[in-house]
Amino acid sequence: MYDFTTLVQSIGNFLHGQFSPGVATALEWTLVILVYLALYAILGLVLVYVERRVCAFFQLRLGPNRVGWAGTAQTVADALKLLLKEPVTVNKADKLLYNLAPFIITLAALTVISLVPFAKGLQAFDINIGLLFIVAVSSLGVVGILLAGWSSNNKYALIGAMRSGAQIVSYELSVGLSLLTMVLLTGTLQLSTIIETQANGWWIFKGHVPAIIAFFLYLTASIAEINRGPFDLPEAESELTAGFHTEYSGLKFAFFFLAEFVNMFTVAAIATTVFLGGWMPFHLGDWAGFNAVMDFVPPILWFFLKVSAVIFLMMWFKWTFPRLRIDQLLKLEWKYLMPLNLMNLVFTAILVYLGWHG
Amino acid sequence: MFRAIYEYFKEILLAIRGLINGMRITGKYIAHARKEIITQEYPDNRDTLQMFDRFRGEVVLLHNENNEHRCTGCSACEVACPNGSIEIIWARREDPETGKKKKQIETFVYHLSMCTMCNLCILACPTDAIKMGHDFEHAVFDRSQLTKVLNRPGSKLEKGVEE
Amino acid sequence: MSDQLDLAPATDLLTSQEYFVNMGPQHPSTHGVLRLVLTIDGEIIRKVEPHIGYIHRSIEKMCEKDTYRQIVHLTDRMDYLSCHINNEAVCLAVEQALQIEVPERVKVIRTIIDELTRLASHQLWWGVMGMDLGAITSFLYGFRDREMINDIFEETCGARLTMNYNVPGGLMFDIHPNFQKRTKDFVAHFKTKLPEYDQLLSDNPIFRARTEGIGYMSKEDAVAYGVTGPSGRASGFACDVRKRHPYGMYPQVDFKEVLMTDGDCFARYKARILEMWESLRIIEQLIDNIPEGDFQAPTKQVIKLPKGEFYQRVETARGDFGVYIISDGNKSPYRLKFRSPGFSNLFVLDKVARGSKLADLVAIMSTFDYVMPDIDR
Repeated sequence: MYDFTTLVQSIGNFLHGQFSPGVATALEWTLVILVYLALYAILGLVLVYVERRVCAFFQLRLGPNRVGWAGTAQTVADALKLLLKEPVTVNKADKLLYNLAPFIITLAALTVISLVPFAKGLQAFDINIGLLFIVAVSSLGVVGILLAGWSSNNKYALIGAMRSGAQIVSYELSVGLSLLTMVLLTGTLQLSTIIETQANGWWIFKGHVPAIIAFFLYLTASIAEINRGPFDLPEAESELTAGFHTEYSGLKFAFFFLAEFVNMFTVAAIATTVFLGGWMPFHLGDWAGFNAVMDFVPPILWFFLKVSAVIFLMMWFKWTFPRLRIDQLLKLEWKYLMPLNLMNLVFTAILVYLGWHG
Repeated sequence: MFRAIYEYFKEILLAIRGLINGMRITGKYIAHARKEIITQEYPDNRDTLQMFDRFRGEVVLLHNENNEHRCTGCSACEVACPNGSIEIIWARREDPETGKKKKQIETFVYHLSMCTMCNLCILACPTDAIKMGHDFEHAVFDRSQLTKVLNRPGSKLEKGVEE
Repeated sequence: MSDQLDLAPATDLLTSQEYFVNMGPQHPSTHGVLRLVLTIDGEIIRKVEPHIGYIHRSIEKMCEKDTYRQIVHLTDRMDYLSCHINNEAVCLAVEQALQIEVPERVKVIRTIIDELTRLASHQLWWGVMGMDLGAITSFLYGFRDREMINDIFEETCGARLTMNYNVPGGLMFDIHPNFQKRTKDFVAHFKTKLPEYDQLLSDNPIFRARTEGIGYMSKEDAVAYGVTGPSGRASGFACDVRKRHPYGMYPQVDFKEVLMTDGDCFARYKARILEMWESLRIIEQLIDNIPEGDFQAPTKQVIKLPKGEFYQRVETARGDFGVYIISDGNKSPYRLKFRSPGFSNLFVLDKVARGSKLADLVAIMSTFDYVMPDIDR
């Protein structure tokens, strides 16, 4: 298994050898920032394309297939179009907050991907409270949505933002609790260690029924947290035209749009890390031959395969289900997801106490 | 108490079953997407695109190989048209063969912009001079291009139509 | 203790205020250019004021200068989703005035195409209903099946939407030789797809939660506001013109008038789904029994109606459609009035939607199945 730590360290050593420690550290940071910004943009573009294509196939259409090979350059063309569009600001909008909102959303989305371990050693920010940090930062995005809705001076946007506030505050609980269930099993909050604990089997297999329940609870709650269909009430195109970003155009709209898709990736990446073994290859008991073949696939590929599987599942949900109503959404959280999560937590605690986990 | 707990879990399981049922439909279609996709790639399939015989695209005045049409200028279509899309400008001209003065069309003006493709003019025509063409690509950059003259320059009335 | 606290400023802060939201005329789910002025308290609707007239083309006035043959094509442009049925209403009124007995073949073909039109309209409605509730995929599935009907229409009538296939006294042309085969293919195909409609939306718990118990309309309201069609029948108002005042082949075919009692959005949804099954049954009974004969009764070139007043009702996909002709003996009517079902169905909205959430309004509107050109004319 290739360890990216060597590569990362050699770059670090090279920089430290060439420059003074302060400059080297600054250069390292710049490098990391550039890589992640590029990753952010690429992820957004790829995911928009994939979403449009997959949704088209669900709906018996072809989707974008004109620009570039099989339409792959479509999103690039769209991004260029958005770049060139006039950034309209509404009269009587709160200019400062109106312009600030897209950046807060982008910031929140960008901070969360910095924690995602793509492969062994390929992680920008490996802290020992990783999961807690993710849960904390990912809910920062709602501030952006609230600001956008409030400052737009538009009633639709305001309704969308208020819905979003109620939604994220509630679903934050379920996300936290379902991850807490897994923390009971893993015994750590550090993402790299969580993956290490899955070397002999992924948690979704090792963790018996509670892990499976926790997986689906996490998926449901986090889809709601990132405002994706069937929980896309803040945007609710058929009710609120475009919800909180009704009044945004051009590049500012693109920021919202990109953040939405990158958030989708983040959720899938965390699900992969915690439940599906991160970049660990799939191993089957004592079948040494099979396991060797699986090891042959690079870990980074494993990671992206699992992430795309989860993303596909999320798209499948979105393109099948109708949207919930706001009171039903809250009812789902407080009457179903929360109690189930608590039950699951107790159940897992008993399991761990008895020492039945992996 | 136990009853309520039972009902609670039953409700959840039934809901999950309903959701999975729906996902089975979309799942079935994405699995067979290659076969089921109904999109026609329109500008690319122009060569093979076949309109139905009765498709009503625009009014055309039929001309034969000798540049002759069958319109006698009776204006029945003009009267039948509900929107005034057809204007026939006719004149009495001397027939070079018989020397008699005869009604002939000068211009058969057709306002495509006003036409609703209702087919009433075709039904009204006593000599079957006009019919509905199959062309449906009518977009133009200027509205004046939608006013068309249907009789070709130098075209004459086909012999034997008036009898 | 707590009630001793001075809560006055807090309650002031927390008093809610009603506000207006202008929904439309450009809005994704008003199905055209309908403008609703909503009075909203938070998300709860206090009042709905529909404003119409954005697509008014004065069709009734235009009819006064047109001949009876020309009037027919204008009715295509009203309720464009049940265009053939509108055409038929005018033709039936004229035939009734002239006392023409149309051949049996015409009646059968008209009835089959009526039902195909109804199916096409309901398929589109089903797709749009799903889309309004956020399940966009259903839109494309509805359109896929509607495409087959459109092909049948295009082959036989020459157009997909504004077909203008009826003329006073019969049909414009005879049916296309492929008509029967294509229709049978469609019926066989759609019988396998209709259960999928149920599987995708009707059985979905989210969909049920969004529609069950939402937008209740009592039978009394339905009668008082004149809500007809599947929306009225979902409240138990037996108003099917095909049963009450039969025309065409309806007296001879066996079909059920779909009647529900719940009167909520789901009942209106279910009524349309069940009506699709009934339409399929009617088509199946007639498609193999198209009698030989003429496709037109002989009529004069210029139709002049005798002096008098004539009224003809038909059942379109949205309800009771009426044509009221006052003739002074000329070749155009003195006055022509259309009773469009959408108009009555729209103005019950305020009564039905009060007290429900903003998101429910979208569901209620799509179950009433508005087509704006039908309402404005």
